[in-house]
Amino acid sequence: MGENNYLMKAINISKFFRYVEVLKNVNFEVGFNEIVGLVGDNGAGKSTLIKILTGVHNADSGELYWKGEKIANHSVPQARDMGIVTVFQDKALVEQHPIWRNIFMGKEITDTIGFINIKKEKEETEKLMKEIMGFTSSTITPDTTLGNMSGGEKQGVAISRALYFDADLIILDEPTTGLSLSETKKVLSFVERIKNTGKACIFITHNLFHVYAVADRIVVMDRGKIVGNFFMGQISLEELEKKMLEITGTGDAEHFGVYSGRKINPGGLNGTR
Amino acid sequence: MKLRIEFFNKYKISIGVTSVFLILMSIFIIANPSVFLNYRAYMAVFTTLGASIILAATMVFVVASGELDLSFPSVIGFSAWIFAVIVKSGVSPFIAFLVALFLGSIVGFLNGILVTKVQLSSLVSTLGMNFLIRGLIMILTDGIAIPLPFLRDTLFHTIFAGRIGQLPIQMLWSIGYAVICWLIFNRHRFGGHVCYIGDNVTSAREMGVRVERVKIATFVLMGFSSAFAGVMLTLINNSFWPTTGEGYLLLILAAVFLGGTPTWGGIGTIFGAIIGAFILGFIETGIVASGLTGFYKQFFYGLILILALISHRYAGLKRK
Repeated sequence: MGENNYLMKAINISKFFRYVEVLKNVNFEVGFNEIVGLVGDNGAGKSTLIKILTGVHNADSGELYWKGEKIANHSVPQARDMGIVTVFQDKALVEQHPIWRNIFMGKEITDTIGFINIKKEKEETEKLMKEIMGFTSSTITPDTTLGNMSGGEKQGVAISRALYFDADLIILDEPTTGLSLSETKKVLSFVERIKNTGKACIFITHNLFHVYAVADRIVVMDRGKIVGNFFMGQISLEELEKKMLEITGTGDAEHFGVYSGRKINPGGLNGTR
Repeated sequence: MKLRIEFFNKYKISIGVTSVFLILMSIFIIANPSVFLNYRAYMAVFTTLGASIILAATMVFVVASGELDLSFPSVIGFSAWIFAVIVKSGVSPFIAFLVALFLGSIVGFLNGILVTKVQLSSLVSTLGMNFLIRGLIMILTDGIAIPLPFLRDTLFHTIFAGRIGQLPIQMLWSIGYAVICWLIFNRHRFGGHVCYIGDNVTSAREMGVRVERVKIATFVLMGFSSAFAGVMLTLINNSFWPTTGEGYLLLILAAVFLGGTPTWGGIGTIFGAIIGAFILGFIETGIVASGLTGFYKQFFYGLILILALISHRYAGLKRK
């Protein structure tokens, strides 16, 4: 396929930190409206790859394309302008403030002299939460203070914000790590919402099982290389586990939520470590 | 009924502080009805309360942004001195006032630069600035006061220190100033950004809040309000003292914390700070009028402050 068929495409990316080659000729792409799971152990190169896509690092060699056009001199502001938003684990939220304040933080709806249109911001927040994100709990309103919400719900607020401000590609960095079973389910449902709104998402995780539930495609990284690329319609979870074991060897398999001889992580949806 | 509970929950800190104030005033009225049922007691307090309200309302911005400004007592003195020197040389007091406001803001700007660009702790750097400027005033004035008796009959005096009926006009200026502060703090983008920085500076920066610029602006605002207060205090007695502003340091901080603005930043209440200023303003008069000696003043400041912090704690004000 040509570069035009992808939202973002990275070709032959290599990256050195001093003399260590942390990425070796990596080819990676995200389709329009595609949820890509990016799986790999610590040090596999996931974060470095993401940092190159978001302009934090520059690749030593290789090319980046966005909607078919080559990106020159990629940078963080440029990535933001193009519509690439990373939702980090710390989520960039303010805990002592209500949801509507968090959604519009730094991008307030104001009149010409800077006074906030509070009514409008609350209405937009209400719409966003109910219609797009599917917050069903009646105890959560735009006025709910963020500090009173659970980890998964906060993640949801951060994702809502990205969607509201027209991010085309949302990168979730370990969104389910450290969350309980029910919270993980919530986050996964938010990821499905991203899909429903027609946007694309890269879902970085250690846990194969979490990402299998929502991804269209899973990309596996190991020691700086892409070592697997699986479309979800074409492979069952069992087959995927087997492949994963072959790729990474038995010892490393646990890092992907896979235990040899057992179907899934006995702890349920919880992280494997 | 549900609406009433929601209203209470939303404003419980403000309601609590206002209750404290009302209870305190009731005690004073019972202890000495002849003084506290007469408007004169109130007018006397209002004459000096104006400066406290202006300072406390502005300090909420600084505290909510997660910083402190301990230099304002000297900025009050510095601006008052600038004002006095210029007026004494025969220039219009209006121009002197503008120059004082400008120089006060400049000191605030310097504070802001030290905190953001040089990355000093605001607690220590503004404390240093407080000593530095007070020292400078003492050196330059030789510790001698500047009397400005000719100000009394000027238009400037009527506008900034006159009376409407019996009401000291300072009160109108300060309430007007506080209302603007309230609007900016609660309804304007700037107030929001101040709070986000105090809550989580990394999050604020990630979401595009210009952290350094906003912080510098809060210090400039503090310098501006100190200058405003300095000129007001000079007009009370039409005289500049080298010690002008001393004694306000802990009083203003107490008013802010008493009012329900937490020490850790991120949130704040302008309304609470104003009520806090009222409470502390009336304690002195109240104690003397109740027949106790002035020695009880500090004791009651401390008592009220600690009781207020305990009540805020139980009203749910704690760091999450």
